[in-house]
Amino acid sequence: MGHEWDFAFLLGQRDFILRGILGTFGLAITCVLAGMALGLVFAAARLSRFAALRLLGTCYVEFFRNIPVLVQILWCYFAIPIITGAQPGPFAAAATAVSLYAGAYMTEIFRSGIQSVEKGQWEAARAIGFGYLAQMRYVVLPQAMRSITPPLTNQVMEVVKTTAIASTIAYGEVLYSAKVLSDQEFRPIESYTAVGVFFIVVLALVSAASSLLERRLRRHG
Amino acid sequence: MDEVLRVENLHKRFGLLHVLRGIDLSVHKGETIVILGASGSGKSTLLRCLNFLEMPSEGRITIEGRLVGRETGTPGVMSYGTRELNALRARVGMVFQQFNLFPHMTVEGNVMIGPMKLRGMTEETARTLAHDNLRRVGILEKAREYPARLSGGQQQRVAIARALAMEPTMMLFDEATSALDPELVGEVLLSMRRLSEEGMTMLVVTHELGFAYNVADRVIFLEGGMVHEEGTPQEVLQNPKQERTREFLRSHTLFRLPDPAPEAAGHS
Amino acid sequence: MEYQWDFAAVFRHGDLLIEGAKGTFALAGMAILIAFPIGLLVALMRLSRLPVIAWFAVIYTDLFRASPTIVLIYWFYFAFPLLVGVDFNTFTAVSLTLGLQTGAYMAEVFRGGIQGVKAGQWQAAKALGMGLGRTLRYIILPQAVRRMVPIFFTRLTELFKTTSLAAAISYTEIVQMAQRTASDTFRPIETFTVVALFFFTVIFTASQFVRFAERRFAVPE
Ligand SMILES: Nc1ncnc2c1ncn2[C@@H]1O[C@H](COP(=O)(O)OP(=O)(O)OP(=O)(O)O)[C@@H](O)[C@H]1O
Ligand SMILES: [Mg+2]
Repeated sequence: MGHEWDFAFLLGQRDFILRGILGTFGLAITCVLAGMALGLVFAAARLSRFAALRLLGTCYVEFFRNIPVLVQILWCYFAIPIITGAQPGPFAAAATAVSLYAGAYMTEIFRSGIQSVEKGQWEAARAIGFGYLAQMRYVVLPQAMRSITPPLTNQVMEVVKTTAIASTIAYGEVLYSAKVLSDQEFRPIESYTAVGVFFIVVLALVSAASSLLERRLRRHG
Repeated sequence: MDEVLRVENLHKRFGLLHVLRGIDLSVHKGETIVILGASGSGKSTLLRCLNFLEMPSEGRITIEGRLVGRETGTPGVMSYGTRELNALRARVGMVFQQFNLFPHMTVEGNVMIGPMKLRGMTEETARTLAHDNLRRVGILEKAREYPARLSGGQQQRVAIARALAMEPTMMLFDEATSALDPELVGEVLLSMRRLSEEGMTMLVVTHELGFAYNVADRVIFLEGGMVHEEGTPQEVLQNPKQERTREFLRSHTLFRLPDPAPEAAGHS
Repeated sequence: MEYQWDFAAVFRHGDLLIEGAKGTFALAGMAILIAFPIGLLVALMRLSRLPVIAWFAVIYTDLFRASPTIVLIYWFYFAFPLLVGVDFNTFTAVSLTLGLQTGAYMAEVFRGGIQGVKAGQWQAAKALGMGLGRTLRYIILPQAVRRMVPIFFTRLTELFKTTSLAAAISYTEIVQMAQRTASDTFRPIETFTVVALFFFTVIFTASQFVRFAERRFAVPE
């Protein structure tokens, strides 16, 4: 009781903390981009005419969504060196696992967003002579974005939070920095509180950016 | 004679449902053909097969002298390449009952997107082309609006302009006025009539018998997936030979038919 | 490079994993027991007419939802006991963390469900002379619950996966035990494959069951 709060020691460790923050951002951005790419591809698969592709999409989603991301991270961490023969380090393992995990959720987000676009829009684009990719790019996705943005924002926030789990394989992100500092300075209270505040601030920024985007998208129609 | 479209023994099945049962059709440059038929007779399916939104189950379609698709081993059954079909759809304009404008683009954006992305036009050339076509359907002043701000009739005219901007060799209209409030039907029919008079080749599915009578060069009555009766508007609409056609026309008395032309009246 | 899979070594150490599975279920069970009443309480606070109470509920849910679970686990294990001068074992720390956080998510589920019940139902209950407690118990919740079941279940599967993070502070759940098994057998890939299949099987089976139950007990609206 009556703990003397003292965050001052954090200032002395600016560079170390900054490296952790960059580690978090680097991993989060990689996983958001890769997850979105995976999500798009597998959403297209799930909506395909071909039953085999639909099955592939469903398997991807069910498989990666129903396994804890920590298990996937550990699996990749041990398996990547053995399968590839290379020693790519914790970033590769965490990025692979979190991207696949996030991609499974994003698949479902893109799928329902794309399904929310009327069939007539595909047909009109097809009737003009657009191929599949052009229909998707110029006509369907821009319209789907409106219903995709809110859940996608949530998912981006989940990804940002999930990156903290990479600390378990000693990837240098903010929680890892906090752990090291906490042990070094014997200040677990300040260290872990600071990490919590960091994430709350980052997520608030993501959320604000997304509302801005949503307002833009809502302008027409 | 310039034959724009030739359809030979066209069949379409949806599973067990045999919707088109051997359609033969020849359309010449500049002709306007109105297709009539009861609900479910296969009118939409026929149009959709002509620009391959539905794949024909059997039969040969020749557009501007070029046979679409390749013969497979099975007689009458063709296989189609994706590229070929995309290129073909770009040359066949289609107007839908529900307009299907792209709501996230302005009116001119709707008209420009095809020419820009498919015909490689610069934005400026495409805009000029778009404005020309919007003027053609009398809606140039709405070029910068978004579709949601337009009435149904205006939206449908934009949809016509969008198809025209691809400079199609023929235009397909599937009940282009059926979703419109009655007072808006006229403006769309007028645009279509102008187009016909300009010499556009058109296949029109409609329930507007007045339009058929005044504008069509030929009327086709579809029944049970086959061409049941075919002829000039006077022949089909005023002196139908088939009982089924007469029944159909009787059920459409709501649509005023213009009074018979004087010479036709004199003959009877 | 051809990798020689060998699951036999893992199954020879199967008792470790079984013990871990028990730990996982115990943790999930305890967290649900904490989460459920908290979720209901916070939802009711959120719907309160007193702004202070409603605001407290908002802050509670936002704080817990914006923080990565693993950060909260560290905080409740390393920081919180120092702050208030208690001693937490790993089970207490993690079940408390997961319970409180899942409670925050549940609160949103409850709130959505309660708000989904038409206002007329509240009035009808009041007209019958029911107080708040009876109205909730006999009128509102039975209707809300049916609507909430799918998303409620989604939350539970998320919770079940999240228990794996307890491994980060060495609580003996299945991932922690897998790490021990892996270092005993030198077979990390096989071990984590087994753990992944464990989670997949449990969650996939449960979700098929819930889907079946939903269809079976669907009520026309
Ligand atoms: N994609 C499809 N799958 C299965 N059946 C279909 C499909 N499209 C059309 N049909 C069926 O084919 C038949 C003909 O339909 P079509 O839409 O061509 O009729 P139509 O003459 O255009 O009728 P309407 O005047 O009502 O528009 C109908 O029985 C319809 O149910
Ligand atoms: Mg039709």
